[in-house]
Amino acid sequence: METASCPVACAVESLSHTRLEECYQCGKCTAGCPMAAHMDAPPTRLIRLLQLGETNRALRADSIWQCVSCQTCSTRCPQKVDCAAVMDALRQLSYEQGTASPAERRTVAFQKAFLDNIRRYGRLNEIPLIAVFKGQVFLRDRSLPFLVSDAGLGPQLQKRKKLHLVGEKVRDREVVARIFARATGSPASNGGAQ
Amino acid sequence: MNLAYYPGCALHGSSNDYDQSLRACLKALDVTLAELDDWICCGATSAHSLNHMLAIALPARNLALARRQGHSDVFAPCPMCSMQLLRAAQAMAADPALRAEMSSIVEAEVDGGARVANIIQVFEQIGLDRLKAAVKQPLKELKPACYYGCLLVRPPAVVEFDDAEQPRSMEAIAAAVGAKPVEWNYKTECCGAGMTMAATGTVLELSARILENAVAHGANCLVVACPMCHVNLDMKQEAIEEFAGRNFQLPVYYLSDVVGMALGLTAQELGTDRHFVVVEA
Repeated sequence: METASCPVACAVESLSHTRLEECYQCGKCTAGCPMAAHMDAPPTRLIRLLQLGETNRALRADSIWQCVSCQTCSTRCPQKVDCAAVMDALRQLSYEQGTASPAERRTVAFQKAFLDNIRRYGRLNEIPLIAVFKGQVFLRDRSLPFLVSDAGLGPQLQKRKKLHLVGEKVRDREVVARIFARATGSPASNGGAQ
Repeated sequence: MNLAYYPGCALHGSSNDYDQSLRACLKALDVTLAELDDWICCGATSAHSLNHMLAIALPARNLALARRQGHSDVFAPCPMCSMQLLRAAQAMAADPALRAEMSSIVEAEVDGGARVANIIQVFEQIGLDRLKAAVKQPLKELKPACYYGCLLVRPPAVVEFDDAEQPRSMEAIAAAVGAKPVEWNYKTECCGAGMTMAATGTVLELSARILENAVAHGANCLVVACPMCHVNLDMKQEAIEEFAGRNFQLPVYYLSDVVGMALGLTAQELGTDRHFVVVEA
């Protein structure tokens, strides 16, 4: 696809290593997608939107955040369109451009909190992840049921010795911060996902 | 056998029962695990969703550590970690410029040649005949639905393992230790993966279908090889039961639990007493 007339579609092709024009709309991706029944724009339609230059609709779709990255679409595509990678590319672009669907902000907040967590510790620390994620969602949604929805799990996990009050940190956290800074193109001092 | 071990965050976190099970089971089979020193998170779904450079760089750092610590093969029991390591290795093998860039980003020389094995491949390396010979307690009563989920077999171009639509490798191992795996339809359907916290409804809906199909085909347990699948199907099973309006009470074992039980290891040794669904034998 031409560069000048389709900046988003070209970025999607470059990030996903896939050629969108290869898709002939057979619908096999959507037929196998476990989330398709809930999606505003299931995989086949998302690819079509990109082919037609309707990139803003693709970037704002709920479906790109409902996708569970199961890889069924890419596995079954007869044209070798890496649809799951297209989903990743759309998520990244939509996140960077701030066009992620408000209806899916919890999922976006979770992915961001996860990356911030590993940038800080090098390994996932579950308790701070949940605290930050739930806290951020609560500040925006003011939903008390969501805030406390998993509170009962704490004691259950503790009983099974699955709760780590003090999480693990890698020794060389400086290098982790520098990797994040370089990969995300942000200054090392506050290098992060965005 | 000596294996470089990349446990990943889940196995050091709330899926530490999987780590315990693997260590106990593999020790009984004379496999020693050398955990990679100072390994970092692979980035999982969050990295590949938000930043594709990070999704290569984080696994690349671990591949570089493995190389620096003298390992050409890495055992990564979490399929998410395994897939991310393989994806990064392949991307770098195909693109020398990317490999050079990554070596600079992660401050260590990365080669794209590392081999990454999942738990099924480790059991296959040990050999099904050896497993069969080591059985002390044949699992005649066990009728597992072997559940592969997504990333053990998909995408096939990356993981190059078994058949993406109709895998059989886990059944072969379960059968070798005396279990009677059932035929069923949902062995490669998604459980909802990392949506446990962010979109719980998705997990309840997808995981309910898996439990329903396993039970409908006569399974008396599920066998998994993924920490995330275990969280969704075991830890969330009570919530799934409430969602589906029926009881399952279906134990969910890791593949290493099944082999370990046949080797005569106890629930305390394997950590199956720490699962959420525990059925008295």
